[in-house]
Amino acid sequence: MAHLSAAESAEVAVAGRGQYRALARRKLLILMGLALALCLSLCVDLAWGPARYGLDQVAVALFDPSGVSPVVRTVVWSIRMPVAIMAIVVGACLSTAGAEMQTILANPLASPFTLGISAAASFGAALAIVASVPFLPIPPDYAVPAYAFMTALIATVVIHFFAQARGTSVQTVVLLGIALVFTFNALLAFIEFLASQQALQTVVFWTMGSLGKATWPKIGITLAVLILSLPLFARNAWALTAMRLGDEKAASFGVKVRRIRLETMLVVSLLAAVPVSFVGTIGFVGLVGPHMARIIVGEDQRFFLPAAALCGALLLSLTSIVSKSLIPGVVFPIGIITALVGVPFFFSLILSNMRRAW
Amino acid sequence: MVTLRLEDVGARHGRRQTLTAVTTPRLAGGEIVAVIGPNAAGKSTLFKRIAGLIPGPGEVHLDGTDKAGKAIAYMPQDTGANAVLTVYESVLLARKQGQSWTVDEAELIEIDAVLAALNIADIGQRPLDALSGGQRQLVAIAQTLVRAPDIMLMDEPTSALDIYRQVEVLQLMQNEARRRGMLVMIAIHDLNQALRFADKAIVIVDGRLRACGPCAEVITADMLREVYRIEARIEKCSRDFDHVIVDGKAA
Repeated sequence: MAHLSAAESAEVAVAGRGQYRALARRKLLILMGLALALCLSLCVDLAWGPARYGLDQVAVALFDPSGVSPVVRTVVWSIRMPVAIMAIVVGACLSTAGAEMQTILANPLASPFTLGISAAASFGAALAIVASVPFLPIPPDYAVPAYAFMTALIATVVIHFFAQARGTSVQTVVLLGIALVFTFNALLAFIEFLASQQALQTVVFWTMGSLGKATWPKIGITLAVLILSLPLFARNAWALTAMRLGDEKAASFGVKVRRIRLETMLVVSLLAAVPVSFVGTIGFVGLVGPHMARIIVGEDQRFFLPAAALCGALLLSLTSIVSKSLIPGVVFPIGIITALVGVPFFFSLILSNMRRAW
Repeated sequence: MVTLRLEDVGARHGRRQTLTAVTTPRLAGGEIVAVIGPNAAGKSTLFKRIAGLIPGPGEVHLDGTDKAGKAIAYMPQDTGANAVLTVYESVLLARKQGQSWTVDEAELIEIDAVLAALNIADIGQRPLDALSGGQRQLVAIAQTLVRAPDIMLMDEPTSALDIYRQVEVLQLMQNEARRRGMLVMIAIHDLNQALRFADKAIVIVDGRLRACGPCAEVITADMLREVYRIEARIEKCSRDFDHVIVDGKAA
């Protein structure tokens, strides 16, 4: 910060906006790169499995289905496509939810997993699996997701009302989330203790998180929640970015901090609860996706929001490939793989945080 | 020209009354008003109450402005440097609140002008978390100035600055106040800087207004003894500026 003459200052000022434009362009290119990587990952995910196809075959199956054999067409479109798309949509949902939770709670540890929303969903799912008499008139196929969603929503509403109480700090909200994790885990253990052998097996598998439960209607619902959420976050992009500077600072910029936090929390609850209720507990994406995005494009929400969605989608898509690759013919529950692959990856990210991509 | 008048303005923090019935004469645009008082006297609370960030009884009368909702800009003490943003982005952020995603050339020119005026254009691309305390304070000033308010409430804007920067910032604020017809209220502990740059002073003690008026009439030996419990003299220096000379603690 040198003491510059007026002429020098003017010169630096002109350079300033040029550098800002260049930075914005660079971030846009990074977003395009992420989107491209995601497309590639989707193709590999479709090609990979017990029967392996070339990327050229997948491309033909995608763009000219009559050009490939009925078997290839069925495998790509009916078997692998729902799982691959669900991985992308769920990854984008959880990462976006994590990004906005971290933003409004000003805490890098906030995510659907660490705030107890995933644990609540697991408890709800276990309740639906173990209780033979359904409490609500819900079609059997949707009983587990419906219960998981309702308990996840209850957890979020509890967090939300606590956060709304006057004088509650964001640290208190995060601590409450951690308390919810323990509470719902204890309730889950209680239900598991009472469950039959067969129900217990189903509960354990559900809590591991698996994309194998993907169907087109479930994808449609999850995608609709994502598509409806993004414009709200986009509309509040400047306000949300300002909230990362702290409540007082954001308020001094004219941001209605409480209103934005309330709106965002409600939408985030939906964004976190819906995918978890369909695919089970996939813990790591909501935490690591936003961190990746933060490192590569910073926290200007205009770039951070799409980057977080893309990073989450890419991460889960890649994990889907890994889950099929470890042992030929075996598809591991994706929740296990996200943690196993994600933890070392996450540490390497944190350790290299000093070298920002932008 | 903008004017501000406070009438029985108060505020509470929990059960504690932090500001009680503050009434001021009309403060006009183009002036620098130093807000002085001991630590925890209620200076920040007064600013937040004026800015509408906290509720409370009384009336804040604001006249002569057409910037509804954007007439007052408050600069808190907390510089908020945790976000992963560059200096330039953080100033743009302050400028763009409530507006569209797109950024046009005129807005960037405004940001460049503010950064240049504060002599921090060369750190524009630096991340916020890599700044020193003084640099953060200058960025916070830029974030407030870029919003082009009619009234600026600056909470200890020079507390982390070296003496050169203090003079530079206060001089700039004085020039901007005169040029834009802006009312600048500055919470400040350095009484000599207040005497040098401010037109008026407001003294807050225990959440109450102790005095309000021209600096020379407000900053007196009696006031310093009563409010700060120090023995001091106000004397003219060789350049005819009033100066506080502290002799020691009051008995």
